[in-house]
Amino acid sequence: MRFLFDSDTWQEIFSGIKKNKTRTGITIIGVMWGIFLLVVLLGAAKGIENKFNSLFGDFATNSVFIWSGQTSMPFKGFQEGRPVRLKLGDVEKIKNEIKGIDLIAPRSQGAGFVVRKFQSGNFSVSGDFPVLNKIQNKNMLSGRFINVKDIKEKRKVCVIEEEIYKQLFEKNEEAIGELISINGINYKVVGIFKESETIRLGDNIHVPFTTFQQVYNRADNISWMIVTGNDSSDIEQIEKDAKLILKNLHNVHPKDKRAFGGMNLGQMFQKVTEFLLGMQFLTWFVGIATLIAGVFAIGNILLITVKERTNEIGIRRALGAKPWEIKRQIMLEAVFLTSFAGVLGIILGGGALMLIDTFIAQGPEAPLKNPTVDIPVILIAAVTLVVLGTLIGLIPAHTAVSIKPIDALREE
Amino acid sequence: MIKINNLHKSYPMGKDSLHVLKGIDLHIKEGEFVAIMGASGSGKSTLLNIVGLLDEHDEGDYFLNGQKIEKLDETKAAVLRNKFLGFVFQSFNLIAYKNALENVALPLYYKGIARKERQKIAMDYLDKVGLKDWAKHLPNELSGGQKQRVAIARALVTKPKVVLADEPTGALDSTTSESVMELLQEINDEGMTVFVITHEEDIAAQTDRIVRLKDGLIISDELVKNKVKITE
Repeated sequence: MRFLFDSDTWQEIFSGIKKNKTRTGITIIGVMWGIFLLVVLLGAAKGIENKFNSLFGDFATNSVFIWSGQTSMPFKGFQEGRPVRLKLGDVEKIKNEIKGIDLIAPRSQGAGFVVRKFQSGNFSVSGDFPVLNKIQNKNMLSGRFINVKDIKEKRKVCVIEEEIYKQLFEKNEEAIGELISINGINYKVVGIFKESETIRLGDNIHVPFTTFQQVYNRADNISWMIVTGNDSSDIEQIEKDAKLILKNLHNVHPKDKRAFGGMNLGQMFQKVTEFLLGMQFLTWFVGIATLIAGVFAIGNILLITVKERTNEIGIRRALGAKPWEIKRQIMLEAVFLTSFAGVLGIILGGGALMLIDTFIAQGPEAPLKNPTVDIPVILIAAVTLVVLGTLIGLIPAHTAVSIKPIDALREE
Repeated sequence: MIKINNLHKSYPMGKDSLHVLKGIDLHIKEGEFVAIMGASGSGKSTLLNIVGLLDEHDEGDYFLNGQKIEKLDETKAAVLRNKFLGFVFQSFNLIAYKNALENVALPLYYKGIARKERQKIAMDYLDKVGLKDWAKHLPNELSGGQKQRVAIARALVTKPKVVLADEPTGALDSTTSESVMELLQEINDEGMTVFVITHEEDIAAQTDRIVRLKDGLIISDELVKNKVKITE
């Protein structure tokens, strides 16, 4: 390894490179382009992934929504077409029966005519438990979400969406603590939130579940529920199990598909994840393939150079260069060129990502968010380059010493 | 220094083989100044290549500095070339992108000598061939005679036992040829064995001993009686 730190070794290589500026330049561009593409593609793929994650980010992705409808099969003496209502008690039973459930949020929904001073409007009102804020992270602009005390004391408080605030209040007016009237009953505003752009549940106003229960006279009926699984559970299985339990509780035929509906966010998210995975695979494939093409270009050009330098190699050998000294020099040249081009490509790729970040990836409408490439990925790419450079250098190095010195000298 | 007994060499030419050297016996003592003469195709270049370890012989014995040469691999051959032999070629064979000093220093690089010392030794030898002021010039900035002097300096820089010169004046005009021969004579005067291949009588006449080759055999081997001394 000592020769690596020998200034003479490098001087030999640099003089060889300097002599062939054009071919060196073209070679470097080839490999640089490969690694540049790899970095930019990976960065862009990561940017798209980040974007998706940020879109889903405020919602627990392994969730399923379950609601009730009408039966489609007769069962236990009941005729088909019977409406089924979910009960608050169902929630407790599901939670107790099924393992792997993290959170479960029963919800009641209705409409409300809202008045404040001279402003009014029709909005959807939902009765919720504090747990909803854990499932769908509410982006609170000010104030708080519904808490346990609100539920217990059936307080007349409400959390309103930013849009409603804009319609009911003056600009910059303090809303927290103010009263608004929903269907003729006054509620105190305790929080303002900004609705998620991706998964809109359509709630404009949240009030405590118990308050809603009483005001709308819903008794134990609930509109629907959100169930989330913990990290290790299979959300599809949870959906199936929960529906089975519900069918049992409500005397519904086990094969009835209409009585209970469900939307599985986990499934949707998985499709996106699969898509992202496919994109990443494609990126790696294209990047590595381009890289290999670039490295082959280096091998090819070095091979031509070796042919051009046959006479020079003959002279060197006549002067006492051992075959492995010639090999070493050519391989080092290959590795040096690939590494140098690689570093250049990584730097340019990083620069391109910075430009993409500045000009394309800003704002909520952007197709990407924070396009980056992980350092380990860069290291893998760099190591791949050096290994490929070494391997490809073997070919011209072998060619260089396969010619007898006497034949090499004859070559003009 | 060089001892050759019954040396044979053939080259395969398609189905047949071309028998180039058909049993050469040659003994060159240390400090001799020998010219090998012959028409083209007589086998003189082949002989020099075998002596210079650039090619292998098929049959017979070859002793270089008392060491029997047989079945050498390239690495060993390279070491021996570096240690014992200096080459001067007809077409100079300087490396085009290295300046005169770097060209002269190259054999020392393969000998493993440190850079500074290499430069110093190379400069001494360039001085010796009168080209100290041209050290930083590239070969294409030098005249033919100057190039050959650089090549001679390069051949001498490792202090070899034998200098092998293949038509050293072949590409030079008569004036520069003379100065090159003069230089080889000087080297020989210092005790080095010099082995010149030429087809020019007047060049051969400046050496001590002329060996004539024809069709792969030595036809005459005689000392030069009236050696042409170059006078200023």
